[in-house]
Amino acid sequence: MINSLFLISHSGDIFLEKHWKSVISRSVCDYFLEAKEKAGDPENVAPVLQTPHHYLISIYRGKLFFLSVTQTEVPPLFVIEFLHRVADTFQDYFGDCSEVVIKENTVTVYELLEEMLDNGFPLATESNVLKEMIRPPTILRSVVNTLTGGSNVGGTLPTGQLSNVPWRRAGVKYTNNEAYFDVIEEIDAILDKSGTTVFAEIQGVVEACVKLTGMPDLTLSFMNPRLLDDVSFHPCVRFKRWESERVLSFIPPDGNFRLMSYHVSSQNLVAIPVYVKQNISFLETGSCGRLDITIGPKQTMGKSVENLTVTIPMPKSVLSVNLTATQGTYTFDLTTKVVLWDVGKLNPQKLPNLRGSISIQTGSPKPEENPSINIGLQIQQLAISGLKVSRLDMYGEKYKPFKGVKYVTKAGKFQVRT
Amino acid sequence: MFSPFRHDDLKEMLDSNKDSLKLEAMKRIVAMIARGKNASDLFPAVVKNVACKNIEVKKLVYVYLVRYAEEQQDLALLSISTFQRGLKDPNQLIRASALRVLSSIRVTIIVPIMMLAIKEAASDMSPYVRKTAAHAIPKLYSLDPEQKDQLIEVIEKLLADKTTLVAGSVVMAFEEVCPERIDLIHKNYRKLCNLLIDVEEWGQVVIINMLTRYARTQFLNPNINESLLEEGGGADKTFYGSDEDEDEDEEEKEKKAEAAAMAKRKPYVMDPDHRLLLRNTKPLLQSRNAAVVMAVAQLYFHLAPKAEVGVIAKALVRLLRSHSEVQYVVLQNVATMTIKRRGMFEPYLKSFYIRSTDPTQIKILKLEVLTNLANETNISTILREFQTYIKSMDKDFVAATIQAIGRCATNIGEVRDTCLNGLVQLLSNRDELVVAESVVVIKKLLQMQPEKHSDIIKHMAKLTDNIQVPMARASILWLIGEYCEHVPKIAPDVLRKMAKSFTNEEDIVKLQILNLAAKLYLTNSKQTKLLTQYVLNLAKYDQNYDIRDRARFIRQLIVPTEKSGALSKYAKKLFLALKPAPVLESPFKDRDHFQLGSLSHLLNAKAGGYQELPDWPESAPDPSVRNVEVFALLERVTTLTSVPEWTKCSSREKRKEKKVEKPFYSDSEGESGPTESADSESDSASGSESGSEGSGSASESEESGGVSVSEEEEEEEEEEKKTKKRELKKAVQESESEQSSEEEDRKHERKMKQQKSDSESESDEEEESESESSQSESDDSESEAEVRKKKKAAESKPPSKPAKKETTKEKKEMSLLDLDDFEPAPSPQVTPVNNLFSNSLVTDLEGLSLSEAVLLPATIAPSSALKSYELLHRITGEGLSVEYCFSRQPFSPDANMVAVQMQFTNSSASDTKSLHMEDVKLQSGMRVKEFPEIELLPAGETATAVMGIDFCDSTQAANFQLCTHTRKFFVSIQPPVGELMRPVFLTENEFKKEQGQLMGMNEITEKLTLDAKCRNEHAIVQRVTTAANLSRVPCGSDKECSPPVPPPEHPVHRFAGRTVTSGSLVLVTVATREEGAAQLTINCEKMVIGTMLVKDILLALTQ
Repeated sequence: MINSLFLISHSGDIFLEKHWKSVISRSVCDYFLEAKEKAGDPENVAPVLQTPHHYLISIYRGKLFFLSVTQTEVPPLFVIEFLHRVADTFQDYFGDCSEVVIKENTVTVYELLEEMLDNGFPLATESNVLKEMIRPPTILRSVVNTLTGGSNVGGTLPTGQLSNVPWRRAGVKYTNNEAYFDVIEEIDAILDKSGTTVFAEIQGVVEACVKLTGMPDLTLSFMNPRLLDDVSFHPCVRFKRWESERVLSFIPPDGNFRLMSYHVSSQNLVAIPVYVKQNISFLETGSCGRLDITIGPKQTMGKSVENLTVTIPMPKSVLSVNLTATQGTYTFDLTTKVVLWDVGKLNPQKLPNLRGSISIQTGSPKPEENPSINIGLQIQQLAISGLKVSRLDMYGEKYKPFKGVKYVTKAGKFQVRT
Repeated sequence: MFSPFRHDDLKEMLDSNKDSLKLEAMKRIVAMIARGKNASDLFPAVVKNVACKNIEVKKLVYVYLVRYAEEQQDLALLSISTFQRGLKDPNQLIRASALRVLSSIRVTIIVPIMMLAIKEAASDMSPYVRKTAAHAIPKLYSLDPEQKDQLIEVIEKLLADKTTLVAGSVVMAFEEVCPERIDLIHKNYRKLCNLLIDVEEWGQVVIINMLTRYARTQFLNPNINESLLEEGGGADKTFYGSDEDEDEDEEEKEKKAEAAAMAKRKPYVMDPDHRLLLRNTKPLLQSRNAAVVMAVAQLYFHLAPKAEVGVIAKALVRLLRSHSEVQYVVLQNVATMTIKRRGMFEPYLKSFYIRSTDPTQIKILKLEVLTNLANETNISTILREFQTYIKSMDKDFVAATIQAIGRCATNIGEVRDTCLNGLVQLLSNRDELVVAESVVVIKKLLQMQPEKHSDIIKHMAKLTDNIQVPMARASILWLIGEYCEHVPKIAPDVLRKMAKSFTNEEDIVKLQILNLAAKLYLTNSKQTKLLTQYVLNLAKYDQNYDIRDRARFIRQLIVPTEKSGALSKYAKKLFLALKPAPVLESPFKDRDHFQLGSLSHLLNAKAGGYQELPDWPESAPDPSVRNVEVFALLERVTTLTSVPEWTKCSSREKRKEKKVEKPFYSDSEGESGPTESADSESDSASGSESGSEGSGSASESEESGGVSVSEEEEEEEEEEKKTKKRELKKAVQESESEQSSEEEDRKHERKMKQQKSDSESESDEEEESESESSQSESDDSESEAEVRKKKKAAESKPPSKPAKKETTKEKKEMSLLDLDDFEPAPSPQVTPVNNLFSNSLVTDLEGLSLSEAVLLPATIAPSSALKSYELLHRITGEGLSVEYCFSRQPFSPDANMVAVQMQFTNSSASDTKSLHMEDVKLQSGMRVKEFPEIELLPAGETATAVMGIDFCDSTQAANFQLCTHTRKFFVSIQPPVGELMRPVFLTENEFKKEQGQLMGMNEITEKLTLDAKCRNEHAIVQRVTTAANLSRVPCGSDKECSPPVPPPEHPVHRFAGRTVTSGSLVLVTVATREEGAAQLTINCEKMVIGTMLVKDILLALTQ
């Protein structure tokens, strides 16, 4: 399946290679680097490339390319999904998935890769299993290890590997037993010039942080599970139970994990929390234009809108902008031509406004297209779809856990066309 | 690269005695390897450390070894013995890792050693080692393909493995080594389908892909009737449309017609196995893993009846939220699907709308999907959407949009004019690229009906002054040449302009100029003769030979000379022939002959190792090859290690069935959940209702499907037996069993009055062990338990007494087992009969040789009164076989332990010495009292011993090693939940009082319909006490019961017990109603025990 993995930095430096079968020369990456050069934007590099003898499947994460080489037929998603899992694992272990961090922890990375694949086929990808085999580095441990020559490698086989519950290790102990669930919803929307909704949907996830002793069996139920149109689960969730009763019954992994992600049926009209009044125009004559944006609350369910940001990628011919914001600050990136306006909290009494002039390179024609406006926002203590957790029960263990549920609504891909 | 000095430094560190120095050195070496630096000259120094004690050093040495062994074969051999030793290690981790490294060393000389190691590991006790063996198979195969035949044998063996851990890996090996041996799958097909949901994600992908191929060879096309209709439609189309499709193989058509005729004769009925596959894969659409979702989607696309394919759309659309690489692959597949099954994605049209922030490649794929989805009803929406895209800053995307508009226009006649007008407007766009693309598209559109659009052609002729993009210029010239009759005045003028700029044009433009000149010469030679001559002369001296050739060719053709041949007569026909309009096709057309989701599909080219998706067979191959007659029996005797995985899925299913029932009996709902708030209750009920209405109509049918499958399976089984003339035998057995059960009935009736409990036990058919849910707690409750223990000791005495009577009757049979030192539990005669039955089956089965490891040896004494389980099979035990049963006796050394009686049989030729146990691995809180060492077990002899296990009221297995003087075996004991309790005596009033305190969450109620054979009192009592170690609460005071009094003819049976470790009460009530209906209530503080027990008893009473 996967023959080799190369980690390539943003600039094209191959800084790590790992082979699970016979060694493949790193010159194979040249094909990829060529394609990368051609594509310009790293986002635009095709994930699957064909070379005379190999197939290159790559992902782009955290300014790094994870490039895997395979020689035979393999489902591309299989490899892509696996590479993302590798990146997730690095993130999980080192708190970050960047070139610097990986170079610092080369040996741990190598040990991890060794355990994750055997002969190119995934072996242990559950972070819970991996953490028992290879302990994540902490400052204290690395100090102790250098002094004593101790190791990061666990001596025993993780029990999870063998059990029916590979995502949970045995013998978990906590003094404070707690289970927190965050219901995070994102609004994906496209609004047109006049402010009408072209397309809107809500995507949500339930992120869990479970620190419970022993082997608890949890049941999470919702007040209104009908809202959920399409769901996908962590493997721990018993699907049949969900199908028949619409409750989430599961033995949780230890620590942080994504319990489920869902899609709220699009028939329910999606509440759009803010409206945007905008006017961006470029004058036919003279090399300048005007910009005027006002944002106001629309359907916020009585909550306040926070962390409001506005991102406007300007046409390439724009030279500079001269704007004034009534609230927050704005920046203009000269290389990417992006205006970023950080508004902060939305005050319904005094609506934030950004206005001013745009200057365009002299001689260049008036831009054809008006830039689209991307909105970022956050609303605490609200799931915009109205989804509510009704109760959480625990079976199999005696103690009383501390339970908590938090709701957050964010803007996902929230775009206003102009 | 490195100075030799530095490497000396490392060598020195590796040679030192300190582990920390070695570790440091290895870390530096591995870092070198990671960076791609050559570290091969350190090989001798590193390989010395292969036996290092420090685990991390060892692991890093392995990493090094695997990387460089291929280059330094001779030196690598030095390390082999270490791994060979490791293969024999008692620790499964070490065995597995030794095999892993050994098989990763690509040195041809060790092939025989690897082969041996793989074979051995394939029958290892530990599923983890077996998994590693499965991984090693493709490694060896790639090293030496000669070994294929032997490896296939190992694969065959591992395919029969029943653990989910192994399933994915072995199918992977199968796919790499022998994907053509589809026959190996037959016997394992149903098992794979059933296990699928519990296999790890990566294994699921591989299994699903393989099963897709399998199903294509074994089942009939579920869409056979529809595809016929389509075929008919297609034929109609070719009448009007282009005739390119026409040259489809005539033969193929005939075949299809034949198949159609057949289908008409015989209405299509889906093979239950086909249904099974579709049903068991469907839940995986909800997986978090995109690869799994894609695998299921492609399975449905290739295998499901048309009406059912729709379910995958939603899941695929969900994946569009994922990483852009995932989107890229999914969109490619969606694009292919939309061509064949457009209706499927139409409801999700808006999900494919494009955002300015999408990467270009995603935008273009989304555009492709939108174009494929366009039809008469949604075209206006789509065109409006396209309109916004045209203004995008991303010019590649704009060009793609214009092409998309062109395709919409060709496909949907109604909007052709609108599109054309829109495109013409684009001709005045400031961006040249947009204009050029529009010209190209317009050219194609105009070809369809040129006469109407001469004004557009004129407009385009004017553009030649401005447009510089060669392709666009060429297109305009071609158009003018082709339709010069429609624009007779302009055409010569254009040629004049072109003649001027000829030398500066690009090659494609030059060719088109020649073309235009030739056509004009033929239609309007008066005006253009000289111009044409001029152009031809220019071309004659062009740098490009293509153009020189073309000029020469055209000149010969159109300018008649005395030498020119007959061809020039036809020049007009040649140049001005009516050309068919181009068909604007999706690049994804016909890609579906590749299996969707595959690399080959993505690249639209066959990748190495790609397995063709076969066409449906015309008639289904024999479905009976998949029958596995031993199904039920195997389940009962599978080795213990495999039990949990195996039963888990069935238990899940059962749980589901139970839950589905609930809404129908809404009255019991109120009882079961008084703690739940009223509105959440109604919510959840309505939720599940809607589930079964909406998405769930399928799930209902699924369920009925499930039942029918198993029924059919049985039927098939029986049929098979008939054909094999086993019917007779079976009938005899059955009548025997009936007789004896009747006898037993009578006896029981006599005894029933005095008997208070503890009747015993054919143990239940399926062990509903649910190790996942039960990790026992109760460290804290120990003191509590101690107090109860005393009570219990007093309580548990009385019930055992009445049992004695029966024992004497059984003595004859019991003596075989040498149970004299035991207080044997009373045993109904059913058991021996049952055993006899299974024994005869076993002999039948031996011929089938499905999986010898799990077969019960015929030597087992047929009459064990208690259900015995196999601990160690005679083959794996090298002649030593061990069985155990739960004797249900108090374990005298420690009342908190469950007594487990073990029977050792030495069927080998030599004596076995010093049998004892070691290395007990337990879940926290569990304890074991080992059995006394058996010093000598002579060949052919049998011995028994008793051990005690404190399971901590959980069904977690106790794992330990069974040691003889020569060998160690890994074994584990897992108790059915019914064995985790001991009977207590309660009066009815006490019972009710206790029950009152265990309401709410601690009460579980189930409705059931009693099995026909189990409607009388003693049958119920017997079945319940068989399933669980409980005692009967004497009845008789039913009349005093509180309001929901059952009439006297519907008695209530009560049973009581306490869990062994914590002494929690377990109260079971079976209230019978009319027509065999009954209600089972279990009150137990330990909810896990309660739920599991409900399941077991339910099973005992209903089957």
